[in-house]
Amino acid sequence: MENHQPLLEVKDLKKYFPIKSGILQRTKANVKAVENVSLKVYEGETLGIVGESGCGKSTFGRTVLGLEKLTNGSILFRGENIEGLSDRKLKGYKKDMQMIFQDPFASLNPRQRIGNALEEAFIIHTDLSKKDREKRVRELLVEVGLEAEHYDRYPHEFSGGQRQRIGIARAIALNPSLIICDEAVSALDVSVQARIIRLLIELQKKYKLTYMFISHDLGVVRHMCNRVLVMYLGTMVELGSSDQIYKNPMHPYTRALLSAIPRPVPGRKKNPIKLEGDLPSASNYPSGCPFHTRCPLAQEHCKLKVPEWREIEEGHFVACHEV
Amino acid sequence: MSAEVVFNEKNAAPKKKERYIVQTFKRVLKNKLAFIGIIIVSIQIILAIFAPFLTSYGPYEQNLAVTELGIGEEGHILGTDNYGRDMWSRLVYGARISLIVGLSSVALGLIGGLTLGLLAGFYRRIDGFVMRIVDLLFAFPGILLAMLIIAMLGTSLVNVVIAISIWSIPGCARIVRGSVLSIKKQEYILAMKSLGASDIRIMLKHILPNCTAPIIVFATMRMATAILSTSALSFLGLGAQPPTPEWGAMIAAGQDFMWTAPHMSIIPGIAIMLTVFAFNVVGDGLRDALDPNMEIDL
Repeated sequence: MENHQPLLEVKDLKKYFPIKSGILQRTKANVKAVENVSLKVYEGETLGIVGESGCGKSTFGRTVLGLEKLTNGSILFRGENIEGLSDRKLKGYKKDMQMIFQDPFASLNPRQRIGNALEEAFIIHTDLSKKDREKRVRELLVEVGLEAEHYDRYPHEFSGGQRQRIGIARAIALNPSLIICDEAVSALDVSVQARIIRLLIELQKKYKLTYMFISHDLGVVRHMCNRVLVMYLGTMVELGSSDQIYKNPMHPYTRALLSAIPRPVPGRKKNPIKLEGDLPSASNYPSGCPFHTRCPLAQEHCKLKVPEWREIEEGHFVACHEV
Repeated sequence: MSAEVVFNEKNAAPKKKERYIVQTFKRVLKNKLAFIGIIIVSIQIILAIFAPFLTSYGPYEQNLAVTELGIGEEGHILGTDNYGRDMWSRLVYGARISLIVGLSSVALGLIGGLTLGLLAGFYRRIDGFVMRIVDLLFAFPGILLAMLIIAMLGTSLVNVVIAISIWSIPGCARIVRGSVLSIKKQEYILAMKSLGASDIRIMLKHILPNCTAPIIVFATMRMATAILSTSALSFLGLGAQPPTPEWGAMIAAGQDFMWTAPHMSIIPGIAIMLTVFAFNVVGDGLRDALDPNMEIDL
């Protein structure tokens, strides 16, 4: 898998949000939402991105998709830099990359019938006639486990799980190769979550989809993903295969995260690693290793030097001085 | 009151295919004041449309033999004015003028306000610039702004329409901009962007339909203001000129006959009052019926 060209390659991606103030709106400081993220996503795999709230995972996903302008770095899709592409090519690239959103109640236009909402994709990217579009949309609805008759309904007539299925239908409508799932199941009940995940896996097999699965739910990520990237405060902390991350976590932050997963096993000893303090503000970025303010292993040099991104075993990377 | 109504309606029979507009209209009708308002407005619309069939005298038809007749005298339902013109006929044709002027000025104002509001809300770059111009317009007292514009363009009903529509633009622009700012952060807008939809498509198909509620309320309330201002300007001699059966102009003409024929001023006065009242309560009723806190996505 590692040999051929990656589907998506991100190099040194940075995304800063400027804090402006004063009459002249001068940039006073930056919120560093994503800091130097580089990764490769290969065709057919599911890459999980985990981290606590505010660590930049969603911003990363949106930036890759072009919903946010990147501050620095480059995004290569099938080896082609998408920066500076003509509008026409950019449109093709957008067609190949879709997103499933977190909140099923906010991701559908309340004033638009489901059928019309799904047809938008075909109106924008194809020349299909009204009749053909309708036919395709009805097929899509069945594909994601809804009924063709739902075509004429409004979003408020559906439950959260059903709405999420509609969101999935919209994402797969144009046969994309990469789908970014931004907390796609976090807003759903556990039982509905399981069914949506099963649907995602089925679709992946059928259409050879590649997923970038952004989540804070480590259990779901373990179930879904081949590889996992752990993020902290906009930086990459650890990257490896699911097994490497879950069985042999190296970075102290990853360990703390994993020890915090609730395990419903009776009699099992509970001794989660407790992290001191809060997540530092991304506008007041810590020097050196961004995790040093809360790290149980922190040494003096952690405050000064940004840790290197090291490969400690085949395909398992970590950014820490102490491991 | 209408909150309960909404709840009952939803629990009792959630009808699947009923259109949003129909539902809203039903809810407005349950509000008693708004119901009265709708009746008054409907009567006015009927009078305006069928004016020639409802009157036996023309609005300009003078008959110096029967000047200043009182209400009900000699076959004139509302009497006659100082030239012997039938007051009823003038009132009915006046309704026509008020409605046309009100509708066209609000429509023009909406077109301007919607465009500015949409652009300002959607593109942060021009937001500051557009909204400062809007603030500038806001700084003038409304009627003064209208008078200023009429002073530049000359006195006529068409210029009144232009003046009032310009005066309506800033309010509308602000309301629309506010709605756009909140809607554009919604995930369904992001979803459309990630599908590669053009800005115009997003604005017209996805943002605009979701900010109709405040716009409808604004337009209804604005009708009242527009009709009132038209009359005020005509009263001051800046709008419709004397022979025209415009209500404000009629009040002005009746001033000199206040003691001998008070109905000449009072009748158009009541007409203005009823119309303004009606549009205001309908606007109120619509606002309650469209309140997002009661039913966010029907």
